[in-house]
Amino acid sequence: MLHEVAIDTGPDPAFVFKKKLGVIMFTIYAVIYAAFIAINVIKPVLMETAIFAGLNLAVVYGFGLILVALVMALFYSTACGKRERLLEAQGKA
Amino acid sequence: MIEILPVVIFVSIVALVLLISFYFAAKAKSSSGYYAAGGRIHWGINGIAFAGDYLSAASFLGICGLIATAGYDGFLYSIGYLAGWIVALFIVAEPLKRLGRYTFTDALDAKFNSKAIKLVAAISTLVVSLCYLIPQMVGAGVLITPLLGFPHYVGVILVGAIVITIVATAGMTSTTYVQFIKGTLLIVFSIVVVVVLCLRGLTTTPDQGGAVPFKDFKTLAAADASGAVIPSDPSYKVVGQKDVKKLRFVKLEKDGRATWWKAESGASGLSLHETQETVTAKDGSKYINGAPASSANKLALVGNLEVIAGKAGVEARTGPVGPFKFLALIGDPTSQVRRWKEAKFVDGSTKVTVYYSELTPGNRIMRPGLSFKVEGTPLERIDFISLMVALFLGTAALPHILIRYYTVPSPAAARKSTIVAIAAIGFFYVLTLFMGLGAMTSGVINLTDNNMSAPLLARSFGTFLFAMISAIAFATVLGTVSGLIIAASGAVAHDLMDRFAGIIKSDKEKVRAGKVAAFVVGFIAIILGILFKGVNVSFLVGLAFAVAASANLPSIVMMLFWKRTTSKGITASIIVGIVSSIGLILLSPTMFELYGLDPALAPVPLKNPGIISIPLSFLTIIAVSLLTKRDMAEEHARPVQS
Repeated sequence: MLHEVAIDTGPDPAFVFKKKLGVIMFTIYAVIYAAFIAINVIKPVLMETAIFAGLNLAVVYGFGLILVALVMALFYSTACGKRERLLEAQGKA
Repeated sequence: MIEILPVVIFVSIVALVLLISFYFAAKAKSSSGYYAAGGRIHWGINGIAFAGDYLSAASFLGICGLIATAGYDGFLYSIGYLAGWIVALFIVAEPLKRLGRYTFTDALDAKFNSKAIKLVAAISTLVVSLCYLIPQMVGAGVLITPLLGFPHYVGVILVGAIVITIVATAGMTSTTYVQFIKGTLLIVFSIVVVVVLCLRGLTTTPDQGGAVPFKDFKTLAAADASGAVIPSDPSYKVVGQKDVKKLRFVKLEKDGRATWWKAESGASGLSLHETQETVTAKDGSKYINGAPASSANKLALVGNLEVIAGKAGVEARTGPVGPFKFLALIGDPTSQVRRWKEAKFVDGSTKVTVYYSELTPGNRIMRPGLSFKVEGTPLERIDFISLMVALFLGTAALPHILIRYYTVPSPAAARKSTIVAIAAIGFFYVLTLFMGLGAMTSGVINLTDNNMSAPLLARSFGTFLFAMISAIAFATVLGTVSGLIIAASGAVAHDLMDRFAGIIKSDKEKVRAGKVAAFVVGFIAIILGILFKGVNVSFLVGLAFAVAASANLPSIVMMLFWKRTTSKGITASIIVGIVSSIGLILLSPTMFELYGLDPALAPVPLKNPGIISIPLSFLTIIAVSLLTKRDMAEEHARPVQS
C-alpha cells in the first residue's frame, strides 16, 4: 500500500466546526450509553425483553451501541471531510 | 504430550514477527522513525494496527473467559471498550495529532512548555503502561502451557524477550506492522471459529467433536437423619461434612477414594451432586477428585446446556444454526446452562477447593447480573457504574493508543484510521459474545483459569484451529506489549531524559536511550507477569483503564476545552488522578483478597475506582487552575487549533 508523505500540519480553518460537531456527537453517544447503564442498574429485568429475532434487549442494545458508534464515526468523518474541502476551496478562491 | 502442528505454527508466527522487526530496523535510526514510524503509515494500516494494539490479551482471552463463566456480564467489557473509541474520535484524535510529536506528553505540554507537566505526564505514561502490561504478560503465561507445555513463567519470559527484540530493533515501525498482521489474523480466525461454531450447533452433551467424551456428573439420592446425610447407595460411606456460606458439602468414600459432593434439598428430597475438587495436603502434595494429581488425572473441562429451549437429551440437538438463532436459543427462558462455581475451605490439615455446578436459566445468562451485582446494594450498583465509566473514558487516555496518532501523516488520516479501528474492533467484539457463549456451552472451560476459554473452544474444532488461535493470541500479546513498551520508552527517553532533564545530546542518543528504556521496562513487565499469575486479565485491564481515565483524560479534555486551564492545574490533576485511582485499588476488596485478607475488611468498598478518582481529577484541575495564574510563557504558547 502506498504511504502518504508526512506533512507538517498547518492551521486548520475547519477546527472550530470539527470541535463543535465532535462535542455534539460525543454528547449524543454518551446519552445513549448512559441510558444503557441506567437500564442495567435500575431495571435489569427489562434487558430480558425479546426485541428482534428472539434476541433480547441486552443483546440488541449492546450490538446497537457498537453499530451506532460506527455510523456516527462515519457521519462525523464525512461531515469533517466535506467542511475541510469547502473551506480549502474558499481559501484558494 | 505436545503436538507438532501448534509448535510449528507458533514458531512460524514468532519468526514472521522477528523478520518484520529486522526488515524495518534500518528505518528506525532516527527518533522520528523509532518513536513514530516517521509519521508515514497509511491510515488504513494504522487503523488495523490500532485494532491490533487494542485487541489485547484482555479483549481476546479475558472477555471470552468472562462471557464463558458469567454470560452477558463479560460482554459489557466489550461494549465499554468499544464505546471508549467515541471519546477518542470525537474529542482527542485530531487535536492530539496536531499538538504532539512522539508522546502523549508532547500534546499535553504543547500549550504550556512546563517542566512539571513533562515530569508527571511521563510518570503517568509509565504507570498506566505498567498497569496495562501486567495482564498482557499474565495472558502470555496462560497461553504457553497448553501450547508448548512450558510452565507459566516461561511464557512470560519468552514474550518479554521477543518483545524487547521487536522494540529494540525497529521501534514503532515494526510494532505497527506486527499489529497490522496480528489484528488481521485475529479478526479473520475469530470469524472462522464463530462460523464453525454455528455450523456445529448446540447440544446438551458436547464432546468436542468426538475427541473428548461428555462427562455426566452423578447425582445420588440421600436421606437426612437428624442432620446426618445418608446416601441411598450403600457403597458410598459418609466420612465428612462441611458447611460453607449456606452450602453443604459431604465427603463420601467409595473403593478407598474420598470425594466431596454438594448436598441439595429439593421437592423430591435430599440429593448429593458430584463435584470436582483439588485438595492440597500439608506436605504440598496435590490430589484431584480423590486421586494424586498427574497429567492423566486433571480437572475435567466443563460447561454445557442441560436444556435447549425446553428440550433435553438427544432431541435437544439443534444442528447448524444462524448467528441470531444461536444467541436466541441460549437466551431462551426455558434453556438451562450448567455453570460452575468454586468454594474453598480447610478440612483437617488439607486445603480444599470444590468446583460445583448450578443450573442457570438462559434469560439470566443473556442479561447483566451474574457477575456484576446490578440488582444488589446501591454500593454494588455504583461499583458497576464506576467500571462502565472507566471503560468509556479510559480508551482515549491510554498512552500506547495515543502515540499511534503520531504514526500517520495528518489529522485527517488520524480521524480516518480511528474509524477503521472502530469498525474492526466493533466487529471483533460482536464475535467475542459468540466465542464466549460457545465456550460456555461446549464443555471447554478450564475451572482453574477461564482465560483459556477461546483457545480451548478452538481446540474443540481440531488441532489446526487451536494452533492458529493460540499462536494469534500469543502474537496479540506480543503486539500489545510492544506498543506499551514503545510508549513507556518514549516517556523515559523523549519526555524525561530529553525534554525534562535535557541530557540527550543527539538524535542517535535519543534512539539509544529509548532502546535501553525498552529493555528495562520489558524486564519489569516479566517480573510482574510472573507475580500476577492466575488473575483474570480483563479485570486487570479494567483497572488500567481506571488509572488512565483518572490520570490522563481530565487534563486532555480541560486543556482542549477550557481556556483557563493552567500548567499547575494539569500537573496537580495528573498527580491526584494517579494517586487516588491506585490508592483506591490498593485498598479495594479485590486487592484484599489477593493479599490473603478478608475482602469485607477493605476500607474502600468499591472494586472499581473510576467513579471517585475521575471526578476528583477533574475537580482538581478546575480548582488549581482557578487558584493559579497562567504565566507569560503560557499566555504566548501556541493555541490548540494551530
